[in-house]
Amino acid sequence: MATQAAFMPGGATKEAVATGVWSWITTVDHKRIGILYGVSAFIFFLIGGIEALIMRLQLARPDNDLVSAQTFNELFTMHGTTMVFLAIMPLSAAFFNFMIPLQIGARDVAFPRLNALSYWIFIAGGLFLNSSFLFGAAPDGGWFGYTTLTTRQFSQGANIDFWMLGLQILGIASMLAGFNFIVTIVNMRAPGMTLMRMPVFIWMSLVVQFLVVLAFPAITVALILLMFDRFFGTLFYAPAAGADPLLWQHLFWIFGHPEVYILILPAMGIVSEVLPTFARKPLFGAPVVIYSGIMIGFFGFGVWSHHMFSVGMGPVADAVFSIATMLIAVPTGVKILNWISTLWGGSIRFTSALLFSLGFIAMFTMGGLSGVMHASPPVDLQQTDTYFVVAHFHYVLFGGSIFGLFSGFYYWWPKMTGRLLDERLGKLHFWLMLIGFNMTFFPQHYLGLIGMPRRIYTYAADLNWGFWNMVSTIGSFIIALSILVFIVNALKTRRSGQVAGPDPWDARTLEWAIPSPPPIYNFATIPTVHGRDELWLQKHGDGHGGAPTPKPAPATAKDIAAIHMPPPSYWPILLALALTVMLSGLLISYYQVIIGGLLTVYCMFKFALEYHRPAQEAH
Amino acid sequence: MADAHVHHDPNIGTTGLDNRKVGMWIFLGSDCMFFGSLIGTYLSYKGKSLAGPGPKDVFNIPLTSESAAVLLASSLTMVLALAALQKSDLKWAGRWLLATAILGAHFVLNQVYEFATFVLHDGLTLSTNLFGSSFFTLTGFHGAHVTGGVIWLMGLWWQLKRGRLDARDYTKVEIAGLYWHFVDIVWIVIFTIIYLIP
Repeated sequence: MATQAAFMPGGATKEAVATGVWSWITTVDHKRIGILYGVSAFIFFLIGGIEALIMRLQLARPDNDLVSAQTFNELFTMHGTTMVFLAIMPLSAAFFNFMIPLQIGARDVAFPRLNALSYWIFIAGGLFLNSSFLFGAAPDGGWFGYTTLTTRQFSQGANIDFWMLGLQILGIASMLAGFNFIVTIVNMRAPGMTLMRMPVFIWMSLVVQFLVVLAFPAITVALILLMFDRFFGTLFYAPAAGADPLLWQHLFWIFGHPEVYILILPAMGIVSEVLPTFARKPLFGAPVVIYSGIMIGFFGFGVWSHHMFSVGMGPVADAVFSIATMLIAVPTGVKILNWISTLWGGSIRFTSALLFSLGFIAMFTMGGLSGVMHASPPVDLQQTDTYFVVAHFHYVLFGGSIFGLFSGFYYWWPKMTGRLLDERLGKLHFWLMLIGFNMTFFPQHYLGLIGMPRRIYTYAADLNWGFWNMVSTIGSFIIALSILVFIVNALKTRRSGQVAGPDPWDARTLEWAIPSPPPIYNFATIPTVHGRDELWLQKHGDGHGGAPTPKPAPATAKDIAAIHMPPPSYWPILLALALTVMLSGLLISYYQVIIGGLLTVYCMFKFALEYHRPAQEAH
Repeated sequence: MADAHVHHDPNIGTTGLDNRKVGMWIFLGSDCMFFGSLIGTYLSYKGKSLAGPGPKDVFNIPLTSESAAVLLASSLTMVLALAALQKSDLKWAGRWLLATAILGAHFVLNQVYEFATFVLHDGLTLSTNLFGSSFFTLTGFHGAHVTGGVIWLMGLWWQLKRGRLDARDYTKVEIAGLYWHFVDIVWIVIFTIIYLIP
């Protein structure tokens, strides 16, 4: 049987690593795409952060007039949308891309060109969304875009159009990546890696990808209906024609709550890798952590209406969703106890990566506790739309996701770049961020409880909210300073950082068995897996007197020459471009939609047939 | 092709299944949620329209029954196309692929005729009432899926005609078949829930 790889022209570009802009534009290497995701998402993270700082400056003192109410609406909408879709999700995607093939012992993802396509569609969506600032029409309807506020009747400008089409483009990118990673994890594992031998980060990634492919269709439909209402005069969100005002909220939160777990589970996976490495112990009760992750993903689809207690769904619906929400705290709590038990009795090394993981556990637990509080509808009614909720979700999304992601950066940076980050600057980064974060968001609990509503652009002096708002603003600038320390660290160590070697942490999983940064083909010899911590087993045995498992035989130059890697392709970026031409045409001209649609179909065929056998090969 | 250095087929993975096939199954699972959301929207707006015309006034059950029969028949021709290709019977594989595409196109034309009748004869458009909005959107997206499938099948047929598709590539036809049968099943659900249940 001839292989697909055998028909790939110029496939064996293993020794000469291509450089230059063109090589990055056409790359299909999961490691480069991971780095592209990381760098782009970090830039979007800075943009979202600057939006937050402007809001904090505006709120620093009462009756401030730094920005107008309209600008403030645009800032909080773009801050939320950017952080969710353009920062945390793609930062997680950076780790999915770089680490999933390495941790499962594969040479690439299942569909390398599709992977590049996801990245370029993501970039197109991010640029499209942010280009709204240039046209003075930044989205202003909140990241949740509730109708009827966002229907044409009440939002006549192009603001909501940018938001709606931008999210639609980003959704396509996420779903394509979801299909790709599920197939990769299910079908590309090294021999011997049974499902229960997969590292916990892989398990959490798998749950996340299932959430992505099953939850995003709901927001896709919600956005399509909104698009039809705004452009073609349908009546889905028009109560005057009998429409249900809650339709949008249901569709949005059927997506929106799984999305919360899409944002947090990758960080949970990272923490589950970092803690065992720096405690030099296996993850305590790893199967239970895995089952808990699956349970969280499963329950995550059954709790969406706890975002809607205040709309009056009636006592039965309120009770059901309240109980489901409290139930989901159980697997989450189980995980926290497992992480703490992993540290118990370990020989702990307090590296920056571990500190960020510890920060994650502490901050996420606090966010989880305030979350259980508003699982109760009467409490929720008191807290809805106040700063208490803002404090809650920043504790889980910043204290949780962002701390977890930074833990991943410090942990995997040497694998990605070949050099260690500076530990002193890393610890400075951690402590500044921990202090700044708590200064910013802890007072917001109190502000919310004494009645400060979300999304207001200013407040009167006699409400006595000024002091804690000022504290919060100072805290936010300490966070900004800590991010600056990280940037300095990254730039400084790029040339002068300590060379990492393959396994600087004496770590446990397969990515540390190969050089840093890994060669383009990752594994010269595909390893055979005997347990969850395969590399640890190879180095130290199982710790109960069992002999170390055999290391894979070293590869000969001939073996390496026989490795086929997919060559670069420019069809992913062209297809992403064609798709963007089509969707952005809705704002400009229907002719552009038609031309973009034809280009998309053309590019899809070229993409699909790029490596199809040439005619003379037939028979 | 069984020469000395047999290559492992790079598309076959840990589970023994083809990557592309696993990917298509995941996509279909995702598409279930897509149609589920659209059907849910239709059902939640059923009978809520404040103005006519309603389903009873416009539906032409004999026509849509014929559409359903045509689409069901196309699933049979799809199966036959794959079977012929796997037996290296390229002539019949091509004929059955073309037949599947033509039956699909017939379904789409029926839908165009149905939509045109609703708009021109019954005065039902996207913006007439909730029924018009949710009906056209749901069935229109299904029709778009069928149209995409027809283009895909024509692409496969064209590759076959040019001698670029044979028994070794049966997975490509099988995946198109998975998609095609899925679109067919969705139509059975839509036909039952939207057209047949009063």
